[in-house]
Amino acid sequence: MSVTQTDPPAQASSKKKKKQVMTDRAKAERSLGWRLAGPAFVVMVAVTGYPILQAIWNSFFNYRLTDPTNKKFTFLNNYIVALSDGVFWQATWVTVLITIITVAVELVLGFIIALVMHKIVIPRRSLRTIVLIPYSIITVVSAFSWFYAFRTDTGYINQWFAWLPGIDASTDWFGGFWGSILVICLSEIWKTTPFMSLLLLAGLAQVDASMEEAAEVDGATWWQRLTRVILPNMKAAIMVALLFRTLDAFRIFDNIFIMTGGANGTSSLSLLTYNQAIDRVEIGMGSALAVLLFLFVLVIAAAFVRGFKVDLTGGRN
Amino acid sequence: MTGCAQAPHRRRRSITGAVAVAAASGLLLSACGSPAAAGPPVLTWYINPDGGGANPTKGGQAQLAKECTDAAGGQYSISIQLLPNSASDQRQQLLRRLAAKDVGMDMMSMDPVFVAEFAEATFLDDVPADSADELTKDAVKPAIDAATWKDKLVAAPMWANTQLLWYRKSVAKAAGLDMNQPVTWDQLIDAAKSQDVTIGVQASRYEGYMVWINALIEGAGGHIVENPGASGDQLKFGLASEAGKEAAAVIQKVAREGVAGPAMGTTDETAALDLFANEATSGFLVNWPYVWAALPDKNVSFIDDVGWARYPQTVAGKASKPPFGGIELGVNSASTHKEQAWDAVKCITTPEHQKLYMLGTGNPAANKTVYDDPEIKKKFPMSALIRESLDAAAPRPLTQYYGDVSSAVQRTFSPPSSVDPATTPQAATDLITAVLRGDALL
Repeated sequence: MSVTQTDPPAQASSKKKKKQVMTDRAKAERSLGWRLAGPAFVVMVAVTGYPILQAIWNSFFNYRLTDPTNKKFTFLNNYIVALSDGVFWQATWVTVLITIITVAVELVLGFIIALVMHKIVIPRRSLRTIVLIPYSIITVVSAFSWFYAFRTDTGYINQWFAWLPGIDASTDWFGGFWGSILVICLSEIWKTTPFMSLLLLAGLAQVDASMEEAAEVDGATWWQRLTRVILPNMKAAIMVALLFRTLDAFRIFDNIFIMTGGANGTSSLSLLTYNQAIDRVEIGMGSALAVLLFLFVLVIAAAFVRGFKVDLTGGRN
Repeated sequence: MTGCAQAPHRRRRSITGAVAVAAASGLLLSACGSPAAAGPPVLTWYINPDGGGANPTKGGQAQLAKECTDAAGGQYSISIQLLPNSASDQRQQLLRRLAAKDVGMDMMSMDPVFVAEFAEATFLDDVPADSADELTKDAVKPAIDAATWKDKLVAAPMWANTQLLWYRKSVAKAAGLDMNQPVTWDQLIDAAKSQDVTIGVQASRYEGYMVWINALIEGAGGHIVENPGASGDQLKFGLASEAGKEAAAVIQKVAREGVAGPAMGTTDETAALDLFANEATSGFLVNWPYVWAALPDKNVSFIDDVGWARYPQTVAGKASKPPFGGIELGVNSASTHKEQAWDAVKCITTPEHQKLYMLGTGNPAANKTVYDDPEIKKKFPMSALIRESLDAAAPRPLTQYYGDVSSAVQRTFSPPSSVDPATTPQAATDLITAVLRGDALL
């Protein structure tokens, strides 16, 4: 990183001569880069690669921690059981549902907040700090506060919204699927919208103000400027924000763990994996589910990068 | 000791030095943490949170730890570590440490249902033969049963818990219930409905719900697991029996009549107690004896109106089988101080200490002689009923797969409004069978 940034001409020259023989200088820089980044790279591979490989290996076994003597190699059986079990697909559906709802709402809300933050000049720093507060709260803590707010005994939401039809003091939000999903999504949206808005704010800052002015001079309305000038110019930032949030939302665990514990069919893939690996100490099945979750995340990332042509280094050029 | 504290400061000059410091301090910390270095061995006792918390003067396990340390005369000292609040979280943490052969855990307070799973995995040290009589003398039978696995005593009863039926005398009177006679769930539901009050139950998807379901089935003469101790593919289940259907019918009726409060599917012990403490809705409650100490804390105005009776019958005329709980003390088989640990367990479970613990925390003693104590009789006016209930209590299934059995039952019986005697018990049986064969997820 330091090499390419402190010396851009070198980067350019090495790109030009990609197919040709490298200059001594390029070689030296490359080797310096490896020497600087190498140790970190090795550590990264060790701490991420080893557990991943171990999980894949474990997933081929029927292995229960409390019954180590009966450890059996069953190859793909864990995957077959998982993929043919309705519980797995219910958890997948819940995970996808929560991901779509939260990311969609967060994108709109986050964009509005980003626009406001972008325009407001005077208390800019304080405003950005305030907006970030929900994101800085530990997820478990925010999950508990939403949980308590919506409960029938400690909660105040029922009192506040008693004027709405269908809500009274005894409305049990966690008694059914949709009520639970609603509260889980609300707490997730509340907590991570700031992250979305910050990423989008960075994208807004990249849009050239002169283009906006030019459009305005040409008589473009506010809506036209937004959809024709601003949005196309920050597409990369939007895609990066969406990718980050989608991957994040897909691994949702804390809110569900605290609020329903997976009751009423609200278990997510992460919670299902946790139940097998940590609660039932079925290491084999837990690993298989973890690998499946990992594959889902890989597919999402690949779909974003390939399908939507997200350039993760977008904005640098 | 000074060497331990200073060593990490010596080399902090280069990057490699920093790595070395991190590694070295880890090693040094573990070396310093070892109690064997000097003085008597420190026994670490993992306790479930009780009324005394970590305070050694509040009559809880922390106080027992201190008194036994003092009584040991330098043979050992006990330090306590608090486990999480919920039984499931306690099991998870104990299991992780046991599976990792954590020598930093010598003794543990276990819910009775963990014993079979831990013992089958050889995580628990067998009670030394010469101590078994002393540790089980005068203990209530379900507590000994729960501490025994495959004919071997693997834990020591410390305290034993059971549920009582708590009721408002005025409500029972208005409904025409004679509480001196055994009452049935049907009678309670009808009484609660006619008086427009609630019955506090535990029907959230957690262990407390399993406690209720098990008590209902046992009360109807059935057993969730017919052959405790069998291996996974040999286990036989009595869920879909007539008893299982009777139990499901009770839950169905409670849910259908709406007498368990507005949020039956999320009620735990605390929520049920809150329903009972609320004057407008309070009628009946099935809950552990801690309720008696908790009600004054909630400033209820009707404490003189609170009565207690034996757990309700599932089937009229068949004696009820109250739930069984409590704490058993076990010794980690990976512990390096097992002998001292068993000495400590003996000290902790003496009748005197069980009495002290019962007075301090309200948790009933496992030793029957404690209930004859005048101080206990005075502080717990229902102590005779607790002792009777403990003797009649039915433990939850003793099986090494208890966690799976309980989770599967909780899942199929949730939400309580969906329980149907015709289908739910069979669905639970099918699910447990598939899970134990490795053909289904939980």
